Amino acid sequence: MTGPHLLEVKDLTVDFLSLGGAFRATSGVGFHVDAGETLVILGESGSGKSVSASAIMGLIDTPPGDICAGSVTYRGRDLSSLSEGERRDLNGRRLAMIFQDPLSHLNPVYTIGWQLEEVFSVHGVASGAEARQKAIEILGRVGIPEPEKRIDQYPHQFSGGQRQRIMIGMAIALRPEILIADEPTTALDVSVQAQILELLKKLQAEDGLAIIMITHDLEVAANMADRVIVMKSGRIVEEGEARAVFENPAHSYTRTLITALPHADDGAAARPARPAGKPILEVRNIDKFYTLSSGFFAKPARLHAVKNLSFDVAAGETIGIVGESGSGKSTVARVLLGLNEASGGEALFHGRDVLKMDRRQLLAFRRKVQMVFQDPYSSMNPRMTVFDIISEPWRIHKDILEKARWRDRVTELLGLVGLNPEHAKRYPHQFSGGQRQRIAIARALACDPELVVCDEAVSALDVSVQVQVIDLLAELRDRLGLAYIFITHDLPIVRHFADRVIVMKSGEIVEHATTEEIFRNPRHAYTRQLINATPKPKWQTAADAA
Amino acid sequence: MTTSADTPETKVSRFQILRLISRDWLALAAVIFLLVVVACAVFGPWLMGELIDKPNFRARNMAPFSLSQGWTYVLGADTLGRSLLARLVVGAQNTIGIAFFAVLCSVVIGGMLGLISGYSRGAAGTMIMRGADIVMSFPSLLLALIVLFSLGPSVTNLILVLAITRVPIYLRTTRAEVLEVRERMFVSAAVALGANHTRILFRHIAPIVLPTLVTIGAIDFATVVLAESSLSFLGLGIQAPEFTWGAMVATGRGYLSTAWWIAFWPGLAILLTTLSLNILSSWWRTYADPQQRWRIELARSKKGIPEKRK
Repeated sequence: MTGPHLLEVKDLTVDFLSLGGAFRATSGVGFHVDAGETLVILGESGSGKSVSASAIMGLIDTPPGDICAGSVTYRGRDLSSLSEGERRDLNGRRLAMIFQDPLSHLNPVYTIGWQLEEVFSVHGVASGAEARQKAIEILGRVGIPEPEKRIDQYPHQFSGGQRQRIMIGMAIALRPEILIADEPTTALDVSVQAQILELLKKLQAEDGLAIIMITHDLEVAANMADRVIVMKSGRIVEEGEARAVFENPAHSYTRTLITALPHADDGAAARPARPAGKPILEVRNIDKFYTLSSGFFAKPARLHAVKNLSFDVAAGETIGIVGESGSGKSTVARVLLGLNEASGGEALFHGRDVLKMDRRQLLAFRRKVQMVFQDPYSSMNPRMTVFDIISEPWRIHKDILEKARWRDRVTELLGLVGLNPEHAKRYPHQFSGGQRQRIAIARALACDPELVVCDEAVSALDVSVQVQVIDLLAELRDRLGLAYIFITHDLPIVRHFADRVIVMKSGEIVEHATTEEIFRNPRHAYTRQLINATPKPKWQTAADAA
Repeated sequence: MTTSADTPETKVSRFQILRLISRDWLALAAVIFLLVVVACAVFGPWLMGELIDKPNFRARNMAPFSLSQGWTYVLGADTLGRSLLARLVVGAQNTIGIAFFAVLCSVVIGGMLGLISGYSRGAAGTMIMRGADIVMSFPSLLLALIVLFSLGPSVTNLILVLAITRVPIYLRTTRAEVLEVRERMFVSAAVALGANHTRILFRHIAPIVLPTLVTIGAIDFATVVLAESSLSFLGLGIQAPEFTWGAMVATGRGYLSTAWWIAFWPGLAILLTTLSLNILSSWWRTYADPQQRWRIELARSKKGIPEKRK
């Protein structure tokens, strides 16, 4: 390559200042990207990958942020020397960015047509009917069906994947040369993710776009990348051609990440099915409707969230419930715990119907069945210390443990989940996501449950932390004889953990078999789709195509 | 932030709040001023009680900052030559007493009703809200007039009326916050643990809502003091010879052009009390939130920011 790179970042060092001192977000980060190429910045949360991208777009607020050193050059021009007007002109026309959460980046009170036309009119490219025509073209390009009709709809009328397509459309509307994609598929289901990645590749091929993609997901990275940068704690620990990095990681951190992948060892057997004992929970024909409010004269619509669901859980057994968003899997958990009422059916816990229990029976039931929630950031009261959080079950069920022994038992539980006794005095916000989930597990274990329902318990965590938490859950299962209902959208993650897997789609069970059976011989097309939705590395697909 | 957990939490934790407040000079000044006001309210009548209705015709409309009539006349005197300092000190009792109990009642009543109407999904919540709408749509001064006229003016009735007219503010704020907090995941988690409604309301939801209520209460304090003075002005509040700061402002209003100090000093007292309450409530809100507390705990090291780099 002759001449300067299309975009080059050199020695970027960014601090964030606070009363508590300066926090170094990135330190000496440098990379470059050329036309038609995809650079993936890979790292876990807090590794500084998003800060690097924000610095390119000039989105870092100063003060709290402070760019101590380094430069960003576009075609040899230093971006920090630009005036505000030149900067605005560059953003959007030459550099564009798409974000993780497409809902919060589209204005809900304007039609998407209006928002797309705005892109053209703000930059003075087109206005009026011409802008509208261009907006329709863009929608067609990013694969929105019937763009002429849908252009006058509002963001909430589109699905998550379509909204991300619209965001991409807005980003590429002015034919930029560089597209920065910050976790563009993290909020999406696997099958939708695959479509979005395809779209990005198609646009790249058509326009010769340079893509800088930020992700924590190794599979997405392998699927997209020509070159990869691995970041940890604000530093680049490894960089190189994608294939070389993935097949031959040099740095120990990259190796940890790659081995943390649940799919890495495809040859290994799934968890062998154990002989099922007597069922402790029998779910029979559960139904759940939600009534949707609608217009004044329209008949109220009903959403059939769970349709005629039946399964058993035996003592010490782990059931994986897998499905994409909207499949009704979380509703099942909430119904089983009595957080939502079922519309029909029964759930027998030791022969007693959970759905018809009176107050006292329900209290006794809630001792035996505990739940670990998806988001460890919101499932604990921010004003309570860890001690209060873990001891709360004993405050509610007063006969479990006398007060004098609480402190010892909290220490014991913290030790069980791999935390320090001193942590009991802290508040939840002082912990990382993985640690918080450990606290949530300690709380669930506080009243010696028989069954723990984990609703997407690891989905909000980084890959390497996911593995730690799952290992912890597996260890506790073997040690304490727990039964789990493990709800997730990520099928491969349950492979070594669950005894049986239930695959749900649109509120129905489409497949129910032992884990081994599901992976070795998936019967239903949807199960196969879930297994295959995992993005394949780029070099493999290229080889397949050839 | 791992800062606050590193401080050893031992027996000193009771004194820790004093230590922390003494670091922030603004909050400290507020605390000292409020302590002085409270001391006046408690000991004022005993200290200067005989001076408040002793006319001194040589000191009529005496300007402040003169010691010719003794130190008690340093803030000047009113139209009857009564010491303004003595009247301020003694008037603190009625003023602070009425305003404190009125605000307390409205926070407690409004907060409780707000918790119930926000948390219950049934008819009770709707009924409480409509009740609040009625109180709000009725001019509060008119309501106070009717109640005080029919029940007769007394301190208890005055507190009651002032409280009732302020209740909807707390009620609506609480309800709005409860509606949001109720849907948070940790409330679901508590339900799944088997917590009953009382526990969820008072252990999980109320502590999140309380700081907002305290802040509004602090601002509302001044409103209540002034509302009380306007009722007193109409002859339905505190009856002469009893008086409050608000009543002092009201009587001094007529002499603003000739003797500004008659209305100025009680007005300043009201202002400073409210300001101090505001500063203190905002400090406390930061202190009570574990996620914000480090700001207070670190405030000392402003000059030398400790380098904490990874």
